[in-house]
Amino acid sequence: MDTDLSSQDRKDLDKFIKFFALKTVQVIVQARLGEKICTRSSSSPTGSDWFNLAIKDIPEVTHEAKKALAGQLPAVGRSMCVEISLKTSEGDSMELEIWCLEMNEKCDKEIKVSYTVYNRLSLLLKSLLAITRVTPAYRLSRKQGHEYVILYRIYFGEVQLSGLGEGFQTVRVGTVGTPVGTITLSCAYRINLAFMSTRQFERTPPIMGIIIDHFVDRPYPSSSPMHPCNYRAGEDNGAVYPSVEDSQEVCTTSFSTSPPSQLSSSRLSYQPAALGVGSADMGYPVLFAGGLHAAHPHQLIGPGKEGGVPPIPSQPAHGTQADQERMCTPLDGVHYSAATPSSSEDTETVSNSSEGKCGSPHDLLETIFVRKVGAFVNKPINQVTMANLDIPFAMFAPKNVELEDNDPMVNPPDSPETESPLQGSLHSEGSSGSSTGNTHDDFVMIDFKPAFSKDDILPMDLGTFYREFQNPPQLSSLSIDIGAQSMAEDLDSLPEKLAVHEKNVKEFDAFVETLQ
Amino acid sequence: MNCRAEVLEVSVEGRQVEEAMLAVLHTVLLHRSTGKFHYKKEGTYSIGTVGTQDVDCDFIDFAYVRVSSEELDRALRKAVGEFKDALRGSGSDGMGQISLEFYQKKKSRWPFSDECIPWELWTIKVNVVNLANEQERQICREKVGEKLCEKIINIVEVMNRHEYLPKMPTQSEVDNVFDTSLKDVQPYLYKISYQITDSLGTSVTTTMRRLIKDTLAL
Repeated sequence: MDTDLSSQDRKDLDKFIKFFALKTVQVIVQARLGEKICTRSSSSPTGSDWFNLAIKDIPEVTHEAKKALAGQLPAVGRSMCVEISLKTSEGDSMELEIWCLEMNEKCDKEIKVSYTVYNRLSLLLKSLLAITRVTPAYRLSRKQGHEYVILYRIYFGEVQLSGLGEGFQTVRVGTVGTPVGTITLSCAYRINLAFMSTRQFERTPPIMGIIIDHFVDRPYPSSSPMHPCNYRAGEDNGAVYPSVEDSQEVCTTSFSTSPPSQLSSSRLSYQPAALGVGSADMGYPVLFAGGLHAAHPHQLIGPGKEGGVPPIPSQPAHGTQADQERMCTPLDGVHYSAATPSSSEDTETVSNSSEGKCGSPHDLLETIFVRKVGAFVNKPINQVTMANLDIPFAMFAPKNVELEDNDPMVNPPDSPETESPLQGSLHSEGSSGSSTGNTHDDFVMIDFKPAFSKDDILPMDLGTFYREFQNPPQLSSLSIDIGAQSMAEDLDSLPEKLAVHEKNVKEFDAFVETLQ
Repeated sequence: MNCRAEVLEVSVEGRQVEEAMLAVLHTVLLHRSTGKFHYKKEGTYSIGTVGTQDVDCDFIDFAYVRVSSEELDRALRKAVGEFKDALRGSGSDGMGQISLEFYQKKKSRWPFSDECIPWELWTIKVNVVNLANEQERQICREKVGEKLCEKIINIVEVMNRHEYLPKMPTQSEVDNVFDTSLKDVQPYLYKISYQITDSLGTSVTTTMRRLIKDTLAL
């Protein structure tokens, strides 16, 4: 137990776990800010990069994490959890993920703290970087903007997975054994992104996940209320964060190499230094939702993403509890000086796409409610009497059908040459000469007389010709008597034909071979 | 010692080959790279810092993290580019595999060349599919993205088993374990090779190229 671990090792281990927890939170929150992260490799150790990884520290996030930990470390039964949730501009929210840093009782006494544990924690952080891009919430967070934002909450204690809905999945990022227990980092994430919203049609429908009643043509869909998140009631926060007293400790790591047979652990030297985390840095804009209670989620302003102050979402229905929620929006440029141009372009595209999305819902709204009258829907018409007239379409001249009055196909202008004779076939329903139009609402019996169809030689109209053409007489060769005769002749001639074919067998074989 | 071998299989469209391979290779190398070692007196050394950056894929609904090192990225892109060209070449049915092998060098006496002892081998088997229309391509984008997510989780799972890793070397032996040619990061010694399966289905090594980081062959 503790006697096996030297006091220096114990101190080192506690330090490693503490900073590992802080870096874990930074990686998770930064992965949900909605923009691409880019940090530079440095061949010379800077002394402040824990675990030899360039992970920037967002002061607010560090502050929240330290507050949640309150001087404790993850231990058995006391896990550090980062909850990622989504909140729409209308106040609906949904938990997406819970990242858990846990400790269990399985100890590895043999492991070297300052070397192996440290390197394995570094590896675990790299795995976390990879896994945070793989869960569904990453893609949602990249598209956040006007319609919804991603929030985070850090808490310490029992893991609460009930808000993730049914059938949530877990992924284990990794484990590191230490002399005091095994550190496990895992993520439980929601897979059922459908939820019922309380939106009304006057408002923009939220565009994320799958909305069950999206295509229902009802003005006020019934809905069930969102499952409320459990927020930790917190104290009032000042408008500016107090400067971090136990400011970030500088870590200078040096390791010793040794012949393979011996391993001596080196000592870590670290100098607690007050970094420039004074009032100058505290000037980064931390904006409270204007006018709302301090318990409302904090929001960080970022450059360029939304062109200024992001819209403040309306107070959630369960607003009295929202203290610990923080929004992951892009930070002030000061902390992202290493961002490459490509990442800013991506920010542009992301914001453009979200703009585009914002613009369309209103159009969508209109198309839902406007129903076009179908092109061939006829109002009820009166009976049309047929008349054989010489002039085309003359029968329609004295009519009391409104629709056909306006329809240029039926009542064309004075240049009938443009009409095609085929229109007759479209409208006629198989009666020739006289026919009575029936009073069926959808059909009009028309004896159509196309232009120039009258022929003195062959007094037949197109319709009649067409009908006769449809039913031609059977071919004589196909009639049974003649068929039987030819069959008999065929049978008789078969032996002769076979003899001829047998003579030409070689030719046939050669032909078949060419096919293979 | 036994070489740990892992095999991953993916089915992708032709234009997705490059990004899918880079995603997997970069994820493996992220875990197998450290900062640059700076040896000091008394046998101690300090380690530089590894930066990371997000990469969005153009043809796959997927994003991954890679080490911030342009040299490393160039080396991987070159290898993957050659693999992609070989896949497209004649005699190929669209099936092949690319391998990333981590090895240690064991110095031998002259005139024998150094021995390369692999300790981890990652093989990615690729099957290129042809799609008929845009709708299928869109579905393929999403499906391949999901598959790659699974592969990343597989890779991370293997990495965190904390199985054999070469011991940290002394200054004189660092080149036997790590690739020290890059200026900003230090991956373990690795080599990338690929082979294309010809249309008869046999794994004939019709094209075998090795990109060897050290050139001490005698």
